[in-house]
Amino acid sequence: MQRPLENFFRALRAADIRVSPAESIDAHRTVDLVGYDDRQLFKDALCVALAKTPDEVASFDDCFEMFFAREEFAADDDGGDRQRPQGAEGDEAFGEELGNVPLAEMLLDGDGSEMAAALEQSANRVGATEIQYFSQRGYFARRILDDMGLRDLEKLIAQLRRGAGDDGADDGGDAADLAQRLEQGRRYLLDESRQYVERQYELYARANGEALREEFLMETRMSSLEQRDFVRMHKIVRRMAKRLATRYSRRRKHTKRGQLDIRRTLRRNMPHDGIPFEVLWKHIKIERPKIVVICDVSRSVAAAARFLLLFLYSLNEVIAQLQAYAFSDRLVDVGDILEHNDVETAIPEIMAKIGFRSTDYGQALDDYEENFMDDLDRHTTVIILGDGRSNFTDPRIDIMRRLHDRSRAVIWLNPEPETFWGTGDSEMPRYRQFCHVAKTCSTVMHLERVIDDILKSYARA
Amino acid sequence: MQVYGKSVTAVIEKRAMTEPRAKKISNVDEIIAGLGDVGYITSRQIATAIFVAENLTKPILVEGSAGVGKTELALSTAAWLDLPLIRMQCYEGLDESKALYEWKYGKQLLYTQILKDKMGDVLGDAPGLDAAMAKLQGFGDLFFSEDFLEPRPLLSALRQEHGAVLLIDEIDKSDEEFEAFLLEILSAFQVTIPEIGTIKSTVPPIVFLTSNNMREMGDALKRRCLHLYIPLPDARLEEQIVAARVPDIEAKLRRKLVAFVQLLREQDLKKLPSISETLDWARVLLLLHADDLAPDMIRDTLNVLLKFEQDIHAVRPQIAEMTRKARQAGERGHATTA
Repeated sequence: MQRPLENFFRALRAADIRVSPAESIDAHRTVDLVGYDDRQLFKDALCVALAKTPDEVASFDDCFEMFFAREEFAADDDGGDRQRPQGAEGDEAFGEELGNVPLAEMLLDGDGSEMAAALEQSANRVGATEIQYFSQRGYFARRILDDMGLRDLEKLIAQLRRGAGDDGADDGGDAADLAQRLEQGRRYLLDESRQYVERQYELYARANGEALREEFLMETRMSSLEQRDFVRMHKIVRRMAKRLATRYSRRRKHTKRGQLDIRRTLRRNMPHDGIPFEVLWKHIKIERPKIVVICDVSRSVAAAARFLLLFLYSLNEVIAQLQAYAFSDRLVDVGDILEHNDVETAIPEIMAKIGFRSTDYGQALDDYEENFMDDLDRHTTVIILGDGRSNFTDPRIDIMRRLHDRSRAVIWLNPEPETFWGTGDSEMPRYRQFCHVAKTCSTVMHLERVIDDILKSYARA
Repeated sequence: MQVYGKSVTAVIEKRAMTEPRAKKISNVDEIIAGLGDVGYITSRQIATAIFVAENLTKPILVEGSAGVGKTELALSTAAWLDLPLIRMQCYEGLDESKALYEWKYGKQLLYTQILKDKMGDVLGDAPGLDAAMAKLQGFGDLFFSEDFLEPRPLLSALRQEHGAVLLIDEIDKSDEEFEAFLLEILSAFQVTIPEIGTIKSTVPPIVFLTSNNMREMGDALKRRCLHLYIPLPDARLEEQIVAARVPDIEAKLRRKLVAFVQLLREQDLKKLPSISETLDWARVLLLLHADDLAPDMIRDTLNVLLKFEQDIHAVRPQIAEMTRKARQAGERGHATTA
């Protein structure tokens, strides 16, 4: 049973459940303890030992059911191709031919579990669990069948058919009948092996494909992402935002090594006659990041805007003190929309409210100063997401300067590559002098790096 | 040791115990029956988790929303196995001097005072400084010894001769460093005190850690624990639980109220009512001498089940309809939501 369990662990890993060697040892010990007799007990015990979060419990359930579902062939009479052939009276006449082809005999015996076992053994021999890509299904199905002796079976069928043609009336009818039933069995086997391989693919390889796709998305330019990637993208971005948030929301203080906090030490040790039993060190407090995000959703960045908003949405989910604004020609506070809607409604709502209009950075900055600038203090980091293309209107550099002076840092993330900055109506070079950081940010990967840097700067200070 | 601020609630119930914990749990049904005897109705999953934990001597990390009986599970296990329960409530800022051990500073101070007085007698006739030091070496170093050790919950759990149930409650509220420092205890059931050495438990305690998922636990901790997620119960199980905990309530009403709560859980609410709320509600209904579910009465007592104003507000218009359904389900014989 060693091998199936190891395979099961591989399937679990493919389903994103971490199974370390130590955990697999635990699982083996668990299995030794509970045995295989009681399926429910077996499953519950393994689940307790391996799945570590509610999400993992759910994937464990799916994975377990899929992995241990194969035992019996689904052999019920659902008609058509899938019907398993049955043995009949006249078969003894062909005993000799059948004897040479164990597969044919097995088919006629109609023992589902025996066939399942044989299929699985063959699958193991040809290494079907190593399947990597969806396109390999046919190949592996065929190899399994070859290993089971499909060729012999096909030969036998052909031979029986020929025999039926040559021979006289009585025997020929039986042979044709048998050939017919074997042919049915062959199709049934094809079907089963294909399904088996597909299951292997689902178990072991699908996650690889998914991971590959996600990796690809991380590096694709936001403006060229497509609608159908949106859900997947949301998952990636959310995971990323969450990772960043947990990393940086936790440590509020850390000890300055070696610097004695004399005042607190004396005080704490008063009960001990002032003898410093307990020594206290100075701490550095690290504030929670306070972030203002201003997001351009105008026509010029329309393609990227959805993803910028997506990121804004995810950030809002994980960072407590986030103020979010969006603008094209006017600027509005979108914090409420992000807070109270799920992502599928929030983003279109923002786009409908303010998106797709012509850009006016000057007006947007003016709006910001008028209504929201008071919230800004020296602990706040301002992130501006936009291309800095202002349709030749007044860029209001003066406001930008005040923004720069009042805040802790101004960070400008521009979806355009740096070589385009300053061409046409781009005001980027002028804005840039009042940014602490101005960077190209066209993929999710960029975004992650930049945000990571921002949060790190909070940790250091 | 009140002086030093004993801020950890260490509830140590001493029971008269004569024999070591000889009974090894041999199967899952035994656990279900045993916990049932002390009034804790479990599902098979929960019992399996305890079974595996006990036999592999691993701690269990119990997760689930508030009020599904995570803490209660530890309490009941202790009651059933007749073991002392040692409970440690975690919070931000909890550190080892509050969780593991602390030196009895006052006593140590006293000891040095006495030592100073007696020093003359002990060293009395030693001719020089070297001789005096040599003589002093002869005495055992009492200053850092177990006599001066004040055990906190974790250490006292390890020191129980006949085993114990250790409940580390709401581990997610503690700091990350604290989690790291638990690792030695959870994997080897021992602690290392630099001045003394390693203290290892003779009979490893049964350890429950509970978490409300305030923050994600570290992988190292998760790896050392079995993971048990307690979901909200289905109607059948919940009925059994109510029957066990509020035995006075009449069977028909019990079915109806459970059906009502189950209906409530299908709503889109901020905080779904969990088992403890169901039990509270059952007690309230008992107190009000209710013999049937009536919309008015439900409206008045809804705040027992729902803890947020907006939830109450959202449910209120549907009460009549839900009551009708719940009563039907109750009349039919078993509380299913279908």
